[in-house]
Parts: sequence; C-alpha cells; structure tokens
Amino acid sequence: MSITTYELNHLDLLEAEAIHIFREVASEFERPCLMFSGGKDSIVMLHLASKAFWPARLPFPVLHVDTGHNFPEVIEYRDQLIKELEARLVVASVQKSIDEGRVAEEKGPRASRNRLQITTLLDSIEENKFDALFGGARRDEEKARAKERFYSFRDEFGQWDPKNQRPELWNLYNGRIRQGEHIRVFPISNWTELDVWQYIEREAIEIPSVYFAHEREVFQRDGMLLADSDFVTRSDGEELVKLKIRYRTVGDMSCTGAVESEAENLKQIIEEVSSTRITERGATRADDRVSEAAMEDRKKEGYF
Amino acid sequence: MEFLRFATAGSVDDGKSTLIGRLLYDTKSIFQDQLESVEATSQQMGNEYTNLALLTDGLRAEREQGITIDVAYRYFATPKRKFIIADTPGHIQYTRNMVTGASTADLVLVLVDARHGVVEQSRRHAFLASLLRIPHLVVCVNKMDLIDYDEKAFQAVKEEFRNFAMKLDIPDLSFIPISALHGDNVVERSAKMPWYEGSSLLHHLEEVHIASDRNHIDARFPVQYVIRPQNEEHHDYRGYAGTIAGGVFKPGDEVVVLPSGFTSTVASIDSYDGPISEAFGPMSVTMRLTSDVDISRGDMICRPNNQPSVSQDLQAMVCWMSESIELVPRMKLALKHTTRSSRVMASEIQYRIDVNTLHRDEKPESLKLNEIGRVSLRSTQPLFFDEYRRNRNTGSFILMDEATNVTVAAGIIVGSG
Repeated sequence: MSITTYELNHLDLLEAEAIHIFREVASEFERPCLMFSGGKDSIVMLHLASKAFWPARLPFPVLHVDTGHNFPEVIEYRDQLIKELEARLVVASVQKSIDEGRVAEEKGPRASRNRLQITTLLDSIEENKFDALFGGARRDEEKARAKERFYSFRDEFGQWDPKNQRPELWNLYNGRIRQGEHIRVFPISNWTELDVWQYIEREAIEIPSVYFAHEREVFQRDGMLLADSDFVTRSDGEELVKLKIRYRTVGDMSCTGAVESEAENLKQIIEEVSSTRITERGATRADDRVSEAAMEDRKKEGYF
Repeated sequence: MEFLRFATAGSVDDGKSTLIGRLLYDTKSIFQDQLESVEATSQQMGNEYTNLALLTDGLRAEREQGITIDVAYRYFATPKRKFIIADTPGHIQYTRNMVTGASTADLVLVLVDARHGVVEQSRRHAFLASLLRIPHLVVCVNKMDLIDYDEKAFQAVKEEFRNFAMKLDIPDLSFIPISALHGDNVVERSAKMPWYEGSSLLHHLEEVHIASDRNHIDARFPVQYVIRPQNEEHHDYRGYAGTIAGGVFKPGDEVVVLPSGFTSTVASIDSYDGPISEAFGPMSVTMRLTSDVDISRGDMICRPNNQPSVSQDLQAMVCWMSESIELVPRMKLALKHTTRSSRVMASEIQYRIDVNTLHRDEKPESLKLNEIGRVSLRSTQPLFFDEYRRNRNTGSFILMDEATNVTVAAGIIVGSG
C-alpha cells in the first residue's frame, strides 16, 4: 500500500470492497450466515470476515452443507479453523436429508450428492431463518455466475431469477426483503482465481493440504482425474494409477477432479495458475459438465 | 497492480462483442475450455464463425434469443493493469444497463461504426457518461477496414462527436480508429493507419491516469457499523467501521459528527493488520475517537471546516429503472444514501430530458423506464451529501419501491433545496 500517492493496489481494493459488503450485511440483516465449504474461496471469505469485524468475533455463524463425501483433510481443517476463530458452526447434513426422506440418493456409478445439497441448504435456511447467506462464488468462475449481483435476491422458494435481477448501482446495495425471502451475498464477486491465490500468499492464510501437489491413487473419468474413495464406484477400465496431483477446487469427493501438478507451495501454485489455459471449473468439476447451462439450472433452484 | 474498471457501450452491430473478444483473446484471457465450448455451441446453433458473443452471453435465454439480458462482468489483466469490463447490452433497457455498468466505472468505451458516424445511440452514450461523471471517455471508431482505413472519414466522425460532446461535461475525450475484426489498433498499433499517431486501445487503457479521479480533499466517513467486541481483552473498545467516502483521515484530526454536531478527535484508525497512519477512499477501516459520543450507523464523520450539505430537501437527476411502476409527483419511496436509509417524497418532476437531443420537457406527468429527469425530493430525515460532480460516493443514492422492494431508480444529487 503506497500511502503518499493515495493509491491502493488490486488486492487492497478487492479486500476493501469485500469488507464493505460484510459490514453492510451485518448492519442490515437480522440473521446472516457464511456458507463454508472448506474450499479456498470460502477460506478467504472467513479471513475477510474476521478482518471486517476485528477485534470482535464474527457476528454470524458459519454454515457447512455437508454432503458426507468430504476430503477428511478438509473437515479436520474446518474444525481447527472454527476453534481458532471462536466461531459458531452450523452443519446441514445431506445424509440427514436422505435419512428423513427429503431427498433420494442418486443411483449408478456416477451418482453424486451435488444436486441433493440444494434441498438440504434450503431446509437449513428455513429452519434457521437465515435472511442473508454469504457465498464465495466469483464472476470469473462460470458464465451464469458472471451475471450475478453482489446481493442476489432469492424468493420464498430460494429461486434465482436471472432475467429479473435488481439493478446494482455504485456501492449502494438494496437489502430489502420480505419474510421468507433471502439474499445470497457474494463479497468476492470481482476476484479471479489468481487474485485468490495471490491474496492467500500475501495474507499467509493456511489452506488444506489437498491444494498442494501430493501423490494419490486416481483414475480417469470424462477427461478428469478422480480420487479413489468410498464415495465413487469405478467401472471396468477405470484403472487406478498413482500420480502427483493437486486440487484446484475442493468440493464433493465424488465429483471434484484433480490436476496433475508439481506445485508444492503457494509460489508454485501462483505460477501454475497464471500460465494455465483451462478454467478451474472446466478442469475439475463434473457437476458443470452435465450441460451447457448446468450451473444456471442449479442456481435457479437455489444452489450456491 | 492497479485496477481499471471500464464499461463498454454499444450494440452487437457495432462490433462490441468482437472487440471484447479480441481484447480477451489477445491478452490470453480466454481459456481453452471456454473457447472450445463457444465453438461447439456456435456450430450447434449453425453459426458460420465462432460467435465470441457467446462468451459473455451465458444464460439460456440469451443463447436462445441471441440477445444480452444484463450487464456481464469480464476480467483480464496485462502486466501493467488489471481490468474489469462491465459489458452493457444495447438492445433492451439500454439506459438502465449502461447506468448500472457505468456507476462503478473509471472509463467508458463507446463504439461508433465508421460507416454510419455519430448516430442517436452514440449521443445517448456520451450524455450518460457525462451525467455519471465518468472522467474518461474513449470513442472507438470501428470497422475502419470497411472504409479503406480512410483518415478523412475518421476525422469527420471525430469532429461530429466533439461538436455534440462540447455541450456536455467530459473531462477527457479520446478517439481511436480501430478494426475489432482484424485487430487494428486494438492491442498493437496498426500499420494500415500510419496517419494515426495515438496509441492502441489496450495501451491507452493501460496508461490512462485514474489515480487523481478520486476526491482526496473533502473528508467524509459515513459510519457503517459499530464494533463493540464485548470480550475480556477489548472490554471498552468502541470502533466506528466504514468505508472512506472522500478525503483523508489521520489520527489526531479534529472531527465533527453529523447530525449531532459533536466534535472530537480521531484517536486511532484501526485494522486487523495494525494501526493506519492515513486512511483514504475507498479503504474500509475502523475509527476510534477520543471522546465518548453517541454515534450510530448512518451518521457522518467529517472535518469541522469542511462539512457536507445537511438538508431534507434534494435536487437530483433521477434515472428511472422500473418497467411496471412510474414515478409520479408526490410518490413516496425508500431511499438509500451512503449508509443512511430514509423515506422520501418526490415532490415535483421539474423536467424530463431527451437523452438524444438534450431537449428539456418541462413538468412531465411521470418518469417511465429508462427516462431521466430532474426531481425535487423531500426526505423524512436530514441527509449529509455533496454534489455528485464533487463526490460520487456522497452524491449518489438509490430509490426502492416500498411495496415490492425493487430498486426503481438511480439518483445523482445536483443540489439542495
């Protein structure tokens, strides 16, 4: 930060914008919460929220929609972080939604709990009466997300109507909702994948080990490398190989792909990200490959 | 690295999507999987060429109808700067989209088809850019390849545009002859137009000076949130959190708090990373004062010798954005200005402005979607504001419909009373 010329660099500007939004929501909403997946974006979000309210603790709980198909490293990381921040954790369990008959498990070798999360999330919003939910989605991630507002209005069914969004002007956010409706809030909308990594490095933020290159047993499916786990069923020809890989995104183990990588530290990850020619979701997310508008369709129903 | 936020104005026919596609492609900001997906969709839709508009038009309805519904945000970087493009579509709800996209922009890029010269739409772009006080306007005279890179034609467009822009207030106006399709003067200077001595578009975007565009004179700190930790370690801590909306604050500065008028001194400016010696816009900080005064969200901290206007009566240029509701005199609306929320009554619509001719239509009955007019507003409680031309942060507001909660207007303060 160069004080004399009154200029801020891009990370300072992005941080200031995000902190402004965290505080705005905490001021104007009754029951906000921060959606946390254990992925790098939500880790950065928690860090930004801590900065926004320092020296006070977070004025809202952290919500984890747990598919039950987690990387064990990520759950361990989550619990440690929540303890350090003295934050309150709310876990919404997809398994519980299945047990209670709210949703039915998908069948077949490509079954995933990705879509089931929508019901679990919306049930949790209703149960906890959340009126604003922070999410770590970025506009550079995906074309439907490129059209998102910072404050994204959801009706009483949790639906997003992309054709009928509220105009968003200057830094004046419209937080007016009726009972039962809510707002999804995306403070890091303007960040790119590279910004996130540069920020993690600058702030020396700890991240789960799966983001760094390590050896793992994986198999090829649809041009992606999936880890062997109890949550996936391999079919014939999907042979396991031991490769040096890392994860660019962290989600459900059954649909998050790894990339071959030698990047063992943040500096190497930043180099890798700056030279890559494939988007992070394109490289690693089976859930987006269902159709051209897979993300838009899920978002309309209430997805993250 | 520095940021530049710019909005692009124009319709598909002007070659806007091609230009954005080229900027992204030539700066290696389009990824292989994105390009493959766009190529596949183009083929499937029966397009003869790869339709780069599909990169930004991501929604199902947009692809089906071949239109852009809303402002799309795109990101790219060069070794010198990072860029955020707010791509505003020209087809429908034009004014609303451009006002939205331009409200946070440092620069507006307007495309003009060299064959057609300045058309009604170009005038509208220039007017909106000047209304929103965008400091830099770049006019790209596109499709130069179709007129044999003719200098005279370029000069004619330039002169015509300048003549119109003279009636407006545009501090920095530049013209660049380009061919988005062939890349002439987009990233590199073109050999086909040796008569053009200026820089390429990308070079211009990298170099345009924006650091002095912010107001660092009038110290304004709208209180956003009060931080009271209520824990052992910080038992008596009371910090006022917010984003600096103008000027510079330093520990030791004498300040006055509005509306109470109490004076105090800045004890410290805090952040998670430690104390800050000077805070300026748009930093998000936490301020502590030496004395215990009653301060809450919506209050404004400023300097005793430099205070904003304090009034319940506003004069504003209002851009109406609702399809279903019209603004009529005596209508009551919810207002948000800085961190302050209030109710207002639109006591009078003084005139409506024709954005194409700048003609003023006195005392209209209403303002409809995409119409702009000068409106007198009366607020239930005093607001602390500056003229928009002096400070975008303390001179702007939004209006919301109290029944549907929808944002119905953008407001630009031109005075009090």
